[in-house]
Amino acid sequence: MSVTHPDYRLSQLDQLEAESIHIFREVAAEFEKPVLMFSGGKDSIVMLRLAEKAFYPAKVPFPVLQVDTGYDFPEVLACRDEWVARLGLRLIVASVEEAIATGVVVDDGRTTRNRMQIGTLLNAIETEGFTAAFGGGRRDEEKARAKERVYSHRDEFGQWDPKNQRPELWSLFNGRIHEGEHMRIFPLSNWTELDIWHYLDREQISIPSIYFSHQRRVFERDGMLLSESEHNPLRAGEVAEERTVRFRTVGDLTLTGCVESTAATTAEIIDEIAVARVTERGATRGDDRFSEAAMEDRKKEGYF
Amino acid sequence: MDLLRFATAGSVDDGKSTLIGRLLLDSKAIFEDQLAAVEATSASKGYDYTDLALLTDGLRSEREQGITIDVAYRYFATPTRKFIIADTPGHVQYTRNMVTGASTADLGLVLVDARHGLTEQSRRHAVLLSLLRVPHLVLAVNKMDLVDYSAERFEEIKREFSAFATKLTIPDLTVIPISALKGDNVVTRSANMPWYDGSSLLHHLENVHVASDRDLRDARFPVQYVVRPKSDEHHDYRGYAGQVAGGVFKAGDDVVVLPSGMPATIAGIDLFDREVTEAYPPMSVTIRLNEDVDVSRGDLIARPNNQPAVTQDVDAMVAWMSTTPLRPRQKLLVKHTTRTVKALVKELDYRLDVNTLHRDLEAGELGVNEIGRVRLRTQQPLLLDPYSRNRTTGAFILIDEATGVTVGAGMVND
Repeated sequence: MSVTHPDYRLSQLDQLEAESIHIFREVAAEFEKPVLMFSGGKDSIVMLRLAEKAFYPAKVPFPVLQVDTGYDFPEVLACRDEWVARLGLRLIVASVEEAIATGVVVDDGRTTRNRMQIGTLLNAIETEGFTAAFGGGRRDEEKARAKERVYSHRDEFGQWDPKNQRPELWSLFNGRIHEGEHMRIFPLSNWTELDIWHYLDREQISIPSIYFSHQRRVFERDGMLLSESEHNPLRAGEVAEERTVRFRTVGDLTLTGCVESTAATTAEIIDEIAVARVTERGATRGDDRFSEAAMEDRKKEGYF
Repeated sequence: MDLLRFATAGSVDDGKSTLIGRLLLDSKAIFEDQLAAVEATSASKGYDYTDLALLTDGLRSEREQGITIDVAYRYFATPTRKFIIADTPGHVQYTRNMVTGASTADLGLVLVDARHGLTEQSRRHAVLLSLLRVPHLVLAVNKMDLVDYSAERFEEIKREFSAFATKLTIPDLTVIPISALKGDNVVTRSANMPWYDGSSLLHHLENVHVASDRDLRDARFPVQYVVRPKSDEHHDYRGYAGQVAGGVFKAGDDVVVLPSGMPATIAGIDLFDREVTEAYPPMSVTIRLNEDVDVSRGDLIARPNNQPAVTQDVDAMVAWMSTTPLRPRQKLLVKHTTRTVKALVKELDYRLDVNTLHRDLEAGELGVNEIGRVRLRTQQPLLLDPYSRNRTTGAFILIDEATGVTVGAGMVND
């Protein structure tokens, strides 16, 4: 990065980076027990990179928490482990399987693992006593997120009340909470999908291989290409076949669709995204499609 | 590529959401699935057109009521610039949201309906943008298609607004005739208004010069976090992390640490794993000093010959955001840069009528969405600049200690 500009300007990517680093430092300074919610996806990797930069040469002063649906892509878990090892972080895994087994959440056979993450996550936050949880949410992802604050206050039930949000002015963040409440922190609020990719391209850091073009056995369902897997039994009329694909988001593999693509580098992905005509969630996330207000409902319950 | 943040003010009736929808659509920031959802909703409501406002009203209650109740942030980019829109609600009961959206804006966009001209609301928006020192203002005269693209009508509104604006602090004003619904002068110049020789709205947004809006004169570095690795490799490392709030810092500079007043020199400035020669706003860096001085979060590093005021007496304009009014003798918390201190409301000088600029000297309290001149006494000194000089070191928020809620926004007077 070239930082000396003749007129003291910063590129928009440098501005976003500076703003996010400011947020990480502010939370580390003001909250007793922060944690970073790490999915292993590209957004949470960008978060980790920013956290690394914020405190360098000291270690990142908080652990990372991953909610394991049991249906995660192995490539994503491998990448997670690589990052945790490189930065010497403490990793806490909250497992949906375990939450089902211990009765924290109920598996009624109809609820997706993604949805069961909510109870699992809230239980982990409560058990560990975290007071702030960094999430990789971006305001450009979905309509309900456009109104999200950088510091998003959650009550003792972990819920978000969109009508009663604290005003957030300048870059003065109010981190005051009561016993039992916590704050969700979104340091990537102002980043777009394209910004994330430009940043990954610039930083040349490791992300799960499934973001890049690879051969995979997939089948079509509801207009999405889903991975063939033991967790995803084929239904009548569905046929799995080998295709050249990449993933735009990573989540529960039973719900996360891929797109046909030959983009094998960050630069090639940027070229594809620049001309993409469908949002990343709308195209490849079955969990956001259930209703016009799907995301809003999940956020109110305490989702990311 | 650089960045422009702008706040839009106006109401649903002025066509604000339609304008934003139009900007997003015509700059290709809207994706097929988003547009398809909006088209489907429009059809199900029996509209004979695509209601672009549906693109931006995100919360269920808003979609039901057809109003915008909270600041929403939208993003789009053109080949030369990235834009962050703070889309703020226009109604008076949401003044606090407009203040919020304007606090970080480089430019304010006020919409008026060409048929109705200036309303109390458009005046109020201009006043708020001026109070928050948003450096650039665009008055978009919308719905020109409904006044037959009349040059006379446009000039009339322009004159009226310019006369009103002389009472405000608006360094840069541009007035553009548009039709958000039809797309006139939004992205491309309109053939329907050959009498208008200015640029389209998007062209203006892409080219407005914002680099000089920052304070590059007064070096200000609020210390946010002390970095002490205490590892074998970096055993003696001690760095002061923060975001430059003003001016330019260079390695070797003589500095002073406030409020203690201890002199020091900059040993080096770190940006992650590299040293940089200089740091300026809004860079987040880590400054190392040669001297072993006591520095902690809440302190501020400045230059010996250019320091902020170190004071416990604060004279500021306050925008009040709580339903419980602000009254003299009230105790609050003040968060200013990285310093949070207790404060007492000493007096309320006056309440400002944001529609007429009238000062009510008799006011005994500030209600929700009201603005007034307030004097505070803080328990520890703050390191203040006038807001007119620096929007970072001149700004603070007020927090209710019992509820933890942000109840006010303050701008330090000159």
